[in-house]
Amino acid sequence: MSNGNTASIGPETQAASQFSTFFVGNLFFGVDVLRVQEVLLFQHMTRVPLAPQVIEGLINLRGQIVTAIDMRRMLKLPDRAEGQSPMNMVIGSEDGAVSLLVDEIGDVLDVDRALYERPPESLDPAARQLIRGVYKLKDRLMLVLDVEKAMDLEERNAA
Amino acid sequence: MQDQEVIREFIVESYENLSRLDQELVELEQRPKDKELLTSIFRTIHTIKGTCGFLAFSTLEKITHQAESLLSRLRDGQCELDSHIVSLILETVDATRKVLASIEASNEEGTERFEDLTERLRAAVNASDTKQNRPASASLAEDGAANPAPGPGSDESPSGAVEAARAETDATRSSAIADANIRVGVGLLDNLMDLVGELVLARNQILQFNSEREDPALNATAQRLNLITSELQEGVMKTRMQPIGVIWNKLPRVVRDMAQALGKQIQLEMDGAETELDRTIIEAIKDPLVHLVRNSCDHGIEAPEVRSSVGKPAAGKLLLRAYHEGGQVNIEISDDGAGIDVASVRRKAIEKGMLRPEQAEKLSDREALNLVFQPGFSTAQRVTTVSGRGVGMDVVKSHIEKIGGVVDMVSQPGDGTTVKLKIPLTLAIIPGLVITSGGERFVIPQVSLLELIRLESDSSDKRIEHVHGTPVYRRRGTLLPIACLNDVLGLKSRAQADATNIIVLQAEDRQFGLVVDGINDTQEIVVKPLSKQLKGLSIYAGATIMGDGRVALILDVLGIGQRSGVLSEIREQSRGSAEQRTEFLAERKQRMLLFRTGSFERLAVPLSLVSRLEELSQDSIEKAGDTQVVQYRGRILPLISLRDALSAGEGHETPAAGHLQVVVFNDGERSAGIVVDQILDVVEEAIDIREKSSRKGLLGSAVLGGRVTDILDLNHILRSSGGAWFNRGRREAGKRVLVAAKSQFRRSLIHCSLDMGGHRVVEAGDLDGTIRVLEKQPVDVVLAELDLSPKGSGELISALRGRQEWQRIPVLGLTNLDGRTTTASGQARGYRELVDISDSEAVLEAVARLGSDAPNPQDAGELACQEK
Repeated sequence: MSNGNTASIGPETQAASQFSTFFVGNLFFGVDVLRVQEVLLFQHMTRVPLAPQVIEGLINLRGQIVTAIDMRRMLKLPDRAEGQSPMNMVIGSEDGAVSLLVDEIGDVLDVDRALYERPPESLDPAARQLIRGVYKLKDRLMLVLDVEKAMDLEERNAA
Repeated sequence: MQDQEVIREFIVESYENLSRLDQELVELEQRPKDKELLTSIFRTIHTIKGTCGFLAFSTLEKITHQAESLLSRLRDGQCELDSHIVSLILETVDATRKVLASIEASNEEGTERFEDLTERLRAAVNASDTKQNRPASASLAEDGAANPAPGPGSDESPSGAVEAARAETDATRSSAIADANIRVGVGLLDNLMDLVGELVLARNQILQFNSEREDPALNATAQRLNLITSELQEGVMKTRMQPIGVIWNKLPRVVRDMAQALGKQIQLEMDGAETELDRTIIEAIKDPLVHLVRNSCDHGIEAPEVRSSVGKPAAGKLLLRAYHEGGQVNIEISDDGAGIDVASVRRKAIEKGMLRPEQAEKLSDREALNLVFQPGFSTAQRVTTVSGRGVGMDVVKSHIEKIGGVVDMVSQPGDGTTVKLKIPLTLAIIPGLVITSGGERFVIPQVSLLELIRLESDSSDKRIEHVHGTPVYRRRGTLLPIACLNDVLGLKSRAQADATNIIVLQAEDRQFGLVVDGINDTQEIVVKPLSKQLKGLSIYAGATIMGDGRVALILDVLGIGQRSGVLSEIREQSRGSAEQRTEFLAERKQRMLLFRTGSFERLAVPLSLVSRLEELSQDSIEKAGDTQVVQYRGRILPLISLRDALSAGEGHETPAAGHLQVVVFNDGERSAGIVVDQILDVVEEAIDIREKSSRKGLLGSAVLGGRVTDILDLNHILRSSGGAWFNRGRREAGKRVLVAAKSQFRRSLIHCSLDMGGHRVVEAGDLDGTIRVLEKQPVDVVLAELDLSPKGSGELISALRGRQEWQRIPVLGLTNLDGRTTTASGQARGYRELVDISDSEAVLEAVARLGSDAPNPQDAGELACQEK
């Protein structure tokens, strides 16, 4: 991604952390790079009838069954246009991996901690629980996804 | 770090040693002279003690040292083995386990010092010394002084040296075995299993690919790949297998402790300990197995004196067998105890309201026996600490069934009981039926599958029928509730099917049919759990990866049944019996007269309506007008031929010439006889399944005495046959009765008996219907079911009392629970009286009573006026 390079911060910043980035609609997200297990092209998906709306289906990841969660539905954004297939960003966790379906995958960025800020209070509640904070990069804002919240459907529904 | 490693090794090793000790000690008790066994026990304790010293676990060292001293005396023949000593050593083993657990958790021995145990061990050692030494009278003082000291042994050294030498030779021998084995983490094996599963899929794809093109080189490679993969899969599967002996090891100890506690003598035999099972299964059957063994010890095997009195050896025998059979593992637990008295099981089931008496009669002995697996069932007369609390056997059953196993019990009173478990070899791979529905593939575990039914489209409309909108299928005479998978899962139905596929499934003790779009084939599938995001969906049991690499969901049969409503929620254990009791009362039994006429092989009328059964001579029939009559008890009895009334045609057998079987109905004033071919039987039964009949003269059909039986519409028959009955009655004496009940069948029965009592009857099926009838016509009495509307028929009372013209109409409550709801409580709710819905006599009497003591005669006059 071309915009990735312009956003990266020089190695002189000590308090830097690495983020894997992706796009959902016009939102630009980052996830701690260590949490990302792998990135896949769209896979065949087995639908799960009666499952929560955000669950798009199940994919076979080398013998491991991975639940795919659609980030668009989670953020209450309109569905992807016909023919636009999502990418899988597979996040590892203690009890099995989960795949986040995103529009596009961005670069891995080194980000200066100093650019961090809490998300604004006025944020939409659907997004509010998922976004831990915001990095004010030069040309755009990178939202830090709270991976645990994203994977824990029950707790969020209850909240 | 290295210390940690050493300690971990020590713990693992010690646990293994201890479990062997348990077994060996029990064996030793039976064969106290077995030197080799004793040596082996001694060596085990010795090893633990040695390592403890090395690792500076002083508590452990102290205990084991004392035990060792005791054992060394045993071995040297200085004292006799008795159960007290065995108990002491077993206690030592327990103490050692406790300390090990503490070490494992915190690296420390914990605060418990086990001084009491050490003291008792020491006392036992001393006792043996004094016993031994008194006759010899040598070095008494010296021994007494030296023994309590846990230091390097005075008397121990000579034997110690021998022991050391022997241990050395043993060590060299056993190390060869040790070298051939390594310990591997279970996680690693599971991971390997996953990868092999994936390799199998890749192999399948390659084979598919290979079959499409003709390349000899590829073909050869594909074949090799095929072979190697299969072998690899088998090999990896084997790594997860464990002999069942792993869990049997602890049983001798369990049995011994139980026997001691209960004052019984029990001999445990085990056969087939080497039978291998997947480790997940081993884990799952551990507790049920222990429970069954305890049960056999407690309830099965009798006390020695009882056994002797019936001529059995004093020591009971408990036999465990395990063997492979047909891809499954069978485990049998048999005892030669008292066995189970089937009659008492039946009685108990009836007492607890689990069964109706006639249901209990119908059960085969084997079925009755398996009632002990029902929740809340315990035949034990007394509750002991060991078992008999009524939980347990049902838990055993549910545990075994959860892993796809089956439990069965055979018992011969006096000869013992055998419980047989059939367990699948592995949990990870199960046979499943692959089906499609709504364009998706699903797998149904084969264990729940009973049969497949295919209905061709030209007949399918006729054969899936509806009971008030609920689909049912007539399967060999009983109604099978039907659910459609597409509806349950909210999938789109296929436009036009050429046939309907019904899968008959078993969920717990109930059955239902599931309609699916297509049935593919059966496959061995690898079960994988669903992620936590999907755990809440009870309709899926897991997921699997199909041959094409795609994921398919495994259906949970129970969950599907509940979701679709064909099965009600699982009965909770504690509530179970109470609920079953009310169920039992709700479908009150009724005495029915069974007879046969023409092509109707089984007809029934409520016996309460019948006054007599007569056999009349053909010659006695006379004609009165166009009606056949006989002189009967000084009166003229009109006869109705049921064969004509039902247009029943010729039956298989013609009735014996010269004699007529007549069912006589009588209401005090009028009589009529119905001529039937043959009286069959009287059954007392709840009407289980009801189907309305469209045929005139029949109310519907029910299963009585296990067979489908048509219920005669007496009302219709009597009325339609020549007016002998109704035109002559005292209509004016009758009342106008409104019968409000939900069940058409119940209404018809009451209608029938009221009609015969000379009353005029209108029916209503619910509250609204009742109001509508009341608005249309005057009514003298209302008979209403207590639970007429969901809100309770208190609504009805208030609706009646709300309108002036209805205020005085007496309301009789129809109950299902005779004696349960008292008339007093009914009156409190506004009912004049409560009567049992199935007791037609009582209903008639109550209606008659109401007429005579009507609260306000003017009301009756009013009503009469209105009618004019």
